[in-house]
Amino acid sequence: MKKYKTKYDWSAYLLVLPYIIFFLMFAAYPLVFSLVLVFHRWDIVTPMQWVGLKNFMRLINDPLFFKSIVNTLTFLFIHIPLQIVVALGFAMILNSKLKYRSVFRTIYFLPVVVSGVVVTILWQQLYSFDSGLLNRLLTVIGIPRIPWIVSPEMAMPSVAIMATWKNVGIYIIMFLVGLQNISAELYESSNIDGASRFQQFFSITLPLLNPTIVVVLVLSTIGGFSLFIEPYVLTGGGPMQSTLSAVLYIYNQAFYFSHMGYAATLGLVFAVVIFAVIMIQKKTVEMDSTV
Amino acid sequence: MRQIIKYSLLILGAVVFAYPFLWMFAASLKPEIEIGGFSLWSSNLSFKNYEQVFARIPIARAFFNSIIVSCSTTLSVIVFGSMIGYALARLNFRGRNALYYLILFTMMIPFQITLIPQYVLMVKLGITDTYLALIAPTMISTLGIVMFRQFFMSIPQALIDAARIDGCSDFRIIFAVIWPLSRPVVITVAILSFMASWNEVLWPIIVVRERTLMTLPQIVTLFTIGGQSEALLGLQLAAATLLALPIIIAYSFFQRYFIDSMVSSGVKG
Repeated sequence: MKKYKTKYDWSAYLLVLPYIIFFLMFAAYPLVFSLVLVFHRWDIVTPMQWVGLKNFMRLINDPLFFKSIVNTLTFLFIHIPLQIVVALGFAMILNSKLKYRSVFRTIYFLPVVVSGVVVTILWQQLYSFDSGLLNRLLTVIGIPRIPWIVSPEMAMPSVAIMATWKNVGIYIIMFLVGLQNISAELYESSNIDGASRFQQFFSITLPLLNPTIVVVLVLSTIGGFSLFIEPYVLTGGGPMQSTLSAVLYIYNQAFYFSHMGYAATLGLVFAVVIFAVIMIQKKTVEMDSTV
Repeated sequence: MRQIIKYSLLILGAVVFAYPFLWMFAASLKPEIEIGGFSLWSSNLSFKNYEQVFARIPIARAFFNSIIVSCSTTLSVIVFGSMIGYALARLNFRGRNALYYLILFTMMIPFQITLIPQYVLMVKLGITDTYLALIAPTMISTLGIVMFRQFFMSIPQALIDAARIDGCSDFRIIFAVIWPLSRPVVITVAILSFMASWNEVLWPIIVVRERTLMTLPQIVTLFTIGGQSEALLGLQLAAATLLALPIIIAYSFFQRYFIDSMVSSGVKG
């Protein structure tokens, strides 16, 4: 048998040409130029000045750089567990035979589609110390008011709660899909073996939802390192830099101080940190699932 | 009993997620001194806050700008995305796999790295303060390409062959033969890119300083944190409502599409 020559569709190159141009302009050029910028001092107006490794030296001595990493980790430590617990809780309730399920689903998803600016303006009022709705509610129940966004200790947790309220709708649906994919037979046969609901949850539900939990971890981590509009509008990064996020710090360095070189260095190092954090999470969670 | 507990929790959740929006809408219609109560009603409801917002910032213009930017971005994302997705899914060419890996690689680049250089590029091209600067970096979505490619792989080859024999060009095959069969993926990608573009704030703040070119979320943000709203809650909430309303209206018509799009992008992205 003679093999036919593979037919090539030359027109394909025409179709993918826009991507090639786009890639060169908005991915390749920025990547290369970022590697140039990190070795320079530049205010975008006067010519660039070669400074060698000075930007990196400055970074390891920069308390605000570490502060922004600690702030982001604080955010993640509260945001991730809260999101998993709330989303899984609602998903488990919604995963039973109930009326109006889709109505509830639609309502829980509402904050997801609305702009972060809207959510932040709204929560600025909810969090207000003197007249905010949350503190009014607490006063009614008889609990002392909480300095949500005015105390440096509470500000980042408050941002994390707000972000959970905004995003949890996505994860409710993801967990719901995950739960619906677990075969009912597993629960039935464990019932016969006399497993309690508690045991079922930890030995069937949770392990089988592992892929969804990994998605929550990865997306939340990327989200945490991308926080910008929330602290920008809610607190401006304060009080006492307690809500200074990675992107807000890059933004300040680039557009308040015109330190383009240093801002690019921060961006590069933050990217490395993001990959490292995700790798660590994946390793830990995937180990858990094999136990 | 069990059912009652479940319903109470669900209703509590619904209040937590929906009440703040209702409250925002009500408060935006109240006089400043009445804002702060839990009530959604007041005998003094009026559009005064909205009148003030329109008087203080060019918000109608910002709305128009946002429509232009979001629609052009969305159109571009689905047209180019389909072309590239089609080439990757159905055509044979040297470098196809390499190109696909390149796209997956591009997806993984954190924007923290590219943000500053992309801004520099806009400055060098001299297009800051233009619509082009707002649209260009999001004209193609790698996630969109991947979603189109995946969907197009499931289209029967016989249809494409038949169209070829009739002398259809690739463009006609994509937009006249494949698109009508691919409505779910086209709508999904369109919703995702429209929402992302409509809600984007960071990039507009960086590349646009000219007030008449600002997008809606941008002008609402600057209005809130700047001096122009004079920290008047009513005005801020009215501006926020104007920003939220178009998406909420779209969402109420296409709920299922919105939910499916966001969830599928989360899983793949």
